[in-house]
Amino acid sequence: MALDEIKIGGMGASRRRVEDNRFIRGKGKYIDDVVLPGMLHMEILRSTVAHANIKSIDTSAAWEVPGVRLVLTGEMMAARNLAWMPTLSYDTQAVLATDKVRFQGQEIAAVIADDPYIAKDACSKIVVEYEQLPAITNPFMAQDPAMPLIRDDKENQPTNKIFDWEIGDKERTDQAFAEADVISTIDLHYPRSHPSPMENCGSIADYDRATGKLTVYMTSQAPHIVRAAVAMVAEIPEQQIRIISPDLGGGFGNKVPIYPGYVISILASILTERPVKWIEDKTGNLISTGFGRDVYLQGQLALRKDGKILGMRMHTISDHGAFYADAQPTKFKIGLMHSTFACYDVPAAHLTSEGFYTNKAPGGVAYRCSFRVTEAMFFQERMIHAAANDLGMDQAEFRRVNLVKDDMFPYRTAFGFLTDSGQYDKCMQVGMEAIGYANFKAEQEEARKRGKLLGIGISTMTEPLGAGNSREYDIIGIKMFDSAELRVHMTGKAILRTGAKTQGQGHETTWAQIVAHELGIPAEDILVEEGDTDTAPFGMGTYASRSTPVAGAAVAMVARKIRAKARKIAAHLLEVSEEDIEWELGRFYVRGNQERGVTIQDCALAAYSNVPDGLEPGLENNAYYDPPNLTWPFAAYFCKVEVDAETGVWDVLKFVAVDDCGVRINPMIVEGQVMGGLTEAYAMANMQYITFDEEGNCIGANYMDYLLPTAWETPGFELHEVVTPCPHHPIGAKGIGECATVGGPAAFVNAVMNAIEHTGVRNVDMPLMPNRVYEALQTGQDVSGMPPVKVG
Amino acid sequence: MSSLYEVIPPAAGADVPVRRITIEVNGESRTLDVEPRLLLVHLLRQGLNLTGTHSGCDTTSCGACTVLFDGRPLKSCTMFAVMADGHKVETVEGMGSASELHPVQEGFKQEHGLQCGFCTPGMMLAAKALLERNPDPTEDEVRWALSGNLCRCTGYQNIVKSVLWAAEKMRNDQPQEA
Amino acid sequence: MYPSRFAYEAPKTLNEAIAILQANGGEAKILAGGQSLIPMVKLRFASPEVLVDINNIPGLDYMRIDEQGNLRIGALVRHEDLEHSTTLAATHPTLAAAASLVADPIVRTRGTFVGSLCHADPQGDWSATMVALGGHIVAQGPNGRRQIDIREFVLGPFTNALAYNEIAVEAVIPPAKGRPAGSYLKLERRVGDFATASVAVALDMNGATVGRAGCALAGVGGKTIDANDAISVLVGKTLNAESIEAAADAVAEAADPRTDHRGSADYKRHIVKTFVTRILNNIANSEQKAA
Repeated sequence: MALDEIKIGGMGASRRRVEDNRFIRGKGKYIDDVVLPGMLHMEILRSTVAHANIKSIDTSAAWEVPGVRLVLTGEMMAARNLAWMPTLSYDTQAVLATDKVRFQGQEIAAVIADDPYIAKDACSKIVVEYEQLPAITNPFMAQDPAMPLIRDDKENQPTNKIFDWEIGDKERTDQAFAEADVISTIDLHYPRSHPSPMENCGSIADYDRATGKLTVYMTSQAPHIVRAAVAMVAEIPEQQIRIISPDLGGGFGNKVPIYPGYVISILASILTERPVKWIEDKTGNLISTGFGRDVYLQGQLALRKDGKILGMRMHTISDHGAFYADAQPTKFKIGLMHSTFACYDVPAAHLTSEGFYTNKAPGGVAYRCSFRVTEAMFFQERMIHAAANDLGMDQAEFRRVNLVKDDMFPYRTAFGFLTDSGQYDKCMQVGMEAIGYANFKAEQEEARKRGKLLGIGISTMTEPLGAGNSREYDIIGIKMFDSAELRVHMTGKAILRTGAKTQGQGHETTWAQIVAHELGIPAEDILVEEGDTDTAPFGMGTYASRSTPVAGAAVAMVARKIRAKARKIAAHLLEVSEEDIEWELGRFYVRGNQERGVTIQDCALAAYSNVPDGLEPGLENNAYYDPPNLTWPFAAYFCKVEVDAETGVWDVLKFVAVDDCGVRINPMIVEGQVMGGLTEAYAMANMQYITFDEEGNCIGANYMDYLLPTAWETPGFELHEVVTPCPHHPIGAKGIGECATVGGPAAFVNAVMNAIEHTGVRNVDMPLMPNRVYEALQTGQDVSGMPPVKVG
Repeated sequence: MSSLYEVIPPAAGADVPVRRITIEVNGESRTLDVEPRLLLVHLLRQGLNLTGTHSGCDTTSCGACTVLFDGRPLKSCTMFAVMADGHKVETVEGMGSASELHPVQEGFKQEHGLQCGFCTPGMMLAAKALLERNPDPTEDEVRWALSGNLCRCTGYQNIVKSVLWAAEKMRNDQPQEA
Repeated sequence: MYPSRFAYEAPKTLNEAIAILQANGGEAKILAGGQSLIPMVKLRFASPEVLVDINNIPGLDYMRIDEQGNLRIGALVRHEDLEHSTTLAATHPTLAAAASLVADPIVRTRGTFVGSLCHADPQGDWSATMVALGGHIVAQGPNGRRQIDIREFVLGPFTNALAYNEIAVEAVIPPAKGRPAGSYLKLERRVGDFATASVAVALDMNGATVGRAGCALAGVGGKTIDANDAISVLVGKTLNAESIEAAADAVAEAADPRTDHRGSADYKRHIVKTFVTRILNNIANSEQKAA
């Protein structure tokens, strides 16, 4: 008989996690847990100023500290052509500063010593002489001709502008605006935020001179990309490079880029002939590594008076820090910002974009953003919110009028994306019911009479996940497929490796569920491994929620290849032709005679002991999946808040999330992803950001200034599901990891805006800290989040 | 000397003052020579190879380093190892036994109270300490007790469920009153 | 994350500890809970040459009311001892209200009340409550003990009035002259955050009349703001809308906030006024209920 899929841990089972077995015992192997014999420890000296010429670096006292083995400076790196390295956006980034410091926290020197305490002692003895320059902390200052040029190291870089980019149909959009009854405008800053996983970044580089092999343990979400990059930068042949990404304490995009610390540790290992461990501290992580957002979003909607959107214009001004190091499909200078409004029927749209250098850490694409879809959807829902108010239309009604209807799929957006499936209106209905939308206006009015400010905010989103098919997507030329390799052993157990790299998403549990679904092998019989480039098939790693759509598809495909071969073996064992073989979960049987069959385990044994003539023995295979299209999950979030008018403090009374991510492999894990994402959304909406003072100092480089919510502040979430399978994905799944971070923030912000609507305020920038909300209430003016600039 | 050899460091390091301390860690008495500036978290991780206790931040904010010190939760990054001389420390490795998990550990697995696992040891020990004082906490009491432990992955909702699961199991497992 | 080297002493008596302070001429620092000092040492913002660990000195962990009605809090009383006290809410409601707002629950198992006062952080919760309640620190040095009035104890940010060879051994809060009432409100964006502004109010009530009024503020100046004079407008009055507003205005005037990323000076001043009003309204309402 067919096996019970839930019992064997197949798809749809809330299978308890395999990874937990070691984590709950404290037996995880995170990078700082790895100890290699003879290992040295590296500490980085970071600049205290944001913009300065370096007059001198004196490391002589550092060398004198007992236990110090090596002190590296930019000059020494430059002698080996390693002071600069290429970025994933075709720019260059300093590994150790040579001529100039370009952001506060930039790497200046490195000390390698017997233990980290000694390394820190020696770092504190390095003397750097800076000649300070004015610090640029926003893209508007960057355009001021009175401000200095940041990238004077580059040829053909006369200003602080990095790029101009545009997409869409300007003419058609201008036409739509000319015909509009109402034009709505919004002007926002999505502040700089940082993924800040609990575990910081680090590497252990171990160069073996005898064999010529370089092994690097590294906190990387994409170890194969790192291997290729190291081969290019360090000029070590690629087969002699092994990148091992161990257990990761969270990633959220922060562990995608290649950081100077990794490169320095590699050189240090080569020079000292010892393994060198570099683990950054929280300050180093917050002040220098891949951040997200920091974009000014300006937009307009052309509206017909019955509520139909005729056209959309958007202009973005992005702040990329001192080096253009965005990790995204390279063709798109501002990531997938043009996915904005993809869930609404908008006939004409035009997006223009400018990017600038500033004296801040490099990056911009990270933090559970799906390549800037967080910005795209935040803009979308804040724009929608403003437009509904400008029209005098109900928020939910305005959305439902304009959301893509079920019968419009496949739907081509104005920017050229093809969305293929969804039940957007159903999600809206489920959410409205759950939040009590119908009665809310009355409730709100009644409360206002008593001096209480209640508000409801709605946010919808769809996301282009699973980047991406090779026609359109690549990162520095490398196509974004992914892979899976499955080896079924003679006792019917299996080992699966993929090119993805889990950081808490539970791949060891969920990939096995896909194999169980396809082959009927119990999930607990399948060992899943990721992260070692010597053993894992090539993949582009895990970020942008791409793993279920791409690597997960590869897992299904390789399992099907295995099943196809097993079918031939089954036919051989049952002495019938292949056409007479039927499959049910876990076994093949003879058509018309269900009792006569063989299990998948019987086939596995036979693969090693009894294969038919002409068939290769063994039951192992791999698959590389080039997705035909992106997948498009959808979500509708509803948030109810109460604002304390006297202090500006707001509390979440209720939060309803309706997620449609297609088929759910493991419902428990899907819900965990949504709740985690909504918490980050809450954090960004309420308290969490990196800002700068007038001197260019970074505020947010430690956990006293960069605020993550605790269990006390974080609200509870009520989760609902709608399931619209993805038509092109082998198992109908769409991906979920970032949906809540993408769609969540606007729900909170729109709720607070709704609560204080009577003041006429259109916008308060995130985070909506009490003082900002209070200011809005008092003045009736918008509150901007742009960092303060010294006047005069 | 406890083994066949002891490596003598070069003379330059010889004049660093060290202190001999004895700490009971997970029920076992451990004696070491340490510099006063060594943080307790580093003693546990590097000195005793108990890497389940993690180091997350620089400002005593995150709680990933939480251990139980004489039964009370302590951020082990904010104590010098020398201060623990004569005291009892329990780490995640001391929860449960080789054959049996502590109910709190079981609860975290049953209710999906962890994702990346980095905050988990500290979170579980803080929860264990709570349940020892308050065997039947409300959701608010759980959230309050864990407000010194940051988590980035779970959003806390399942952590609360895990702790309440453990609380119920521990109440049910109590021997009946005579 | 890695402190520089220091020498460490763990004396078993107060006299031993004082002798070490004396011998080191100002280069030695007392280590009790360490929840404020150790983070500074780790980041190398403070690099004392000698740390004197007083955790092994017996007889310093008492919290009791003496025959005169003074509340005496010994040097090793932890924040959570105040938080978990079953009697404090009735005898010293201002302290009880602040107890659960200090740092976070884990730090509270270790950090000490007296240590926090000595640390003199302008954002310190206990400093504000203590200044509102009045009282003194008992300091012990080579020449014996002396009392330092709490209003003279904090000289500036992170600077207290102890001599280099003195240890603060207890904090003493005098008995209320009437029914103790009061509270502590703190605007923090999340548990463990620095206060955007916080207010401690301590009243001694004689029936419906205010016998004594104390108030102090944290987070709105370079050190704890002593607003006792400002709130004294309430003395001899009953709590009504008029008297409450006058008191709140006066206290807000006493604040000295700075504009920063947590808010403008005006906003912080406004929060002070709002919190004073709320605390006084609550006291007035519970007076009414009791009547």
